Amino acid sequence: MKQILTVANKEFHDGLRNRWLLSITLIFALLSIGITYFGAAASGVEGVASLSTTVASLASLAVFLIPLIALLLSYDSFVGEQESGTLLLLLTYPLSKSQLLLGKFIGQGGIIALATLLGFGVSAVWLYFQLGNSEIISAFGLFIVSAILLGLSFTAIAYLISLSVSEKSKAAGLALITWFLFALAFDLVLLALLVGVEESGITQQGLTQLMMLNPADIFRLVNLSGLDTRDVNGALAVAINTGLSQIQLILVLVAWVILPLTLALFIFKIKKL
Amino acid sequence: MNTPLVSLHDTGKNYGDLTALHSMTMSLNEGEVLGLFGHNGAGKTTMMKLILGVISPTVGSVKVMGVAPDSKEAWHCRTKIGYLPENVSFYEQLTGLEVLTYFTKLKGFSRGAAKKQAIELLEQVGVTHAMNRQVKTYSKGMRQRLGLAQAFIGEPKLLLLDEPTVGLDPIATRDFYKTVDQLKSNGSSVILCSHVLPGVEQHIDRAMILSSGQLLAMGSLEALRQQAALPVIIKPVFLKPKNLKRAIDQNSELSGFLTSQCQQTFMVPAHEKISVLKQLLAHEGLSDIQVESANLEQVYQYFLALHEKSHKH
Repeated sequence: MKQILTVANKEFHDGLRNRWLLSITLIFALLSIGITYFGAAASGVEGVASLSTTVASLASLAVFLIPLIALLLSYDSFVGEQESGTLLLLLTYPLSKSQLLLGKFIGQGGIIALATLLGFGVSAVWLYFQLGNSEIISAFGLFIVSAILLGLSFTAIAYLISLSVSEKSKAAGLALITWFLFALAFDLVLLALLVGVEESGITQQGLTQLMMLNPADIFRLVNLSGLDTRDVNGALAVAINTGLSQIQLILVLVAWVILPLTLALFIFKIKKL
Repeated sequence: MNTPLVSLHDTGKNYGDLTALHSMTMSLNEGEVLGLFGHNGAGKTTMMKLILGVISPTVGSVKVMGVAPDSKEAWHCRTKIGYLPENVSFYEQLTGLEVLTYFTKLKGFSRGAAKKQAIELLEQVGVTHAMNRQVKTYSKGMRQRLGLAQAFIGEPKLLLLDEPTVGLDPIATRDFYKTVDQLKSNGSSVILCSHVLPGVEQHIDRAMILSSGQLLAMGSLEALRQQAALPVIIKPVFLKPKNLKRAIDQNSELSGFLTSQCQQTFMVPAHEKISVLKQLLAHEGLSDIQVESANLEQVYQYFLALHEKSHKH
């Protein structure tokens, strides 16, 4: 345990030193405050929009940003150390591969989690004082928890990438492709399936199940299923109506953290050094 | 004392079709310094990785301090093993002290003790003045010293050093060998891996020569010299060169050892060295004499050439 904390501590401080924590927090805070304040401008009203519009807008932005940031933060976590030779050195220490992996995950995951909490928390608090509505805390609470899980999930996926290649540049390319697939392409394919392949008869149930294959979509579902569907459109709107409960969705998101992490550990164990 | 600290028994390693290390048997005793020599890709690093337990042997067994280094039981031994990899660049954005404190903590030191130990080690390798600077500002030599400090954490019983003197200036190299001698007198064993041969001779007890994954020769320098039967080079200097010529002409035994290229150099088999020296010293015109036994580099070249020859046939 001590070893895990030592690694976690180092990784967390790296995140502080590189200004990662600061910049992610700032990005999230600016975006969330901007959306909260000017979200209603699109519909011609000035001031704070309705809670559901705000959360919906935040979620649809976060779903692009958080995976990208998590992948950027962690894609070179192992391949970088492999290239500089410290990975080999660390493995000659009394430090197991699982301790190293978990330590890194706790450290870098901590950066993502803290930045999410601070960045979005600011606007939650601000909104609370504006509207005085206690619903805000629960809606934002759910949003922040699921956003943290989304970040952790992509951190784990980034480790998977970082451990399966032996060059940093390849890891970077792969991370970009992964982001594109999960954040953009997946939904387009789903939509195409829904519209184009009608005769094959993809049910709403089937669609929701397909969405479980993408942590980004689960995140969207968690945050939009509680809202008015009039703020939601696209493939999601269909899925929402047949939804799983939010607890179930959160659990699937947790699985999306644990599974890639386990797989990453497995790859690490058989990796040639 | 009698059980070796490290022993390899018919140990070999393959990567797919590629044989990185042919099966070999060797052992290293406590307080012994072994020099491991070979070209790039000779299998030096593979052997070190096997001893470190980072990789497992394809055939045979490895024992370090009585246990297989890749097993769970070897866990506690790892705090007693120091390793300097050949190519390592430490976390550039951290300071030297932070890097070393991190590694010291991972070796099992508590937070406070780790920092103290790290500062002591940095003093020992002479990087104290730069310990609060980021590693990215370090020169090659300073990085190497930082790596060495890292290997010395916790007074290791076994040290594996891959090219330890690369990038070190002569004074740092001398200090490094002093540390090795000191560790040795404390009962630590050292495996030195190098292709820089001069200077290492007087600090190693045994040498091991590897080429393309095969063990070519192993033994004390003296034994290897004998095995190679390389001649001793004797260069007498006479006040008048004519005197030398006369001396040789008078003595047919001497002229047989004269090298064809140089008329003033004798190549003498080791066992005839004394008799040749006696005869040369008997001449009055002699003003100086140089005697050179075959050095490690020549022994190394000899075994490599022998290996290449046997491969061609």
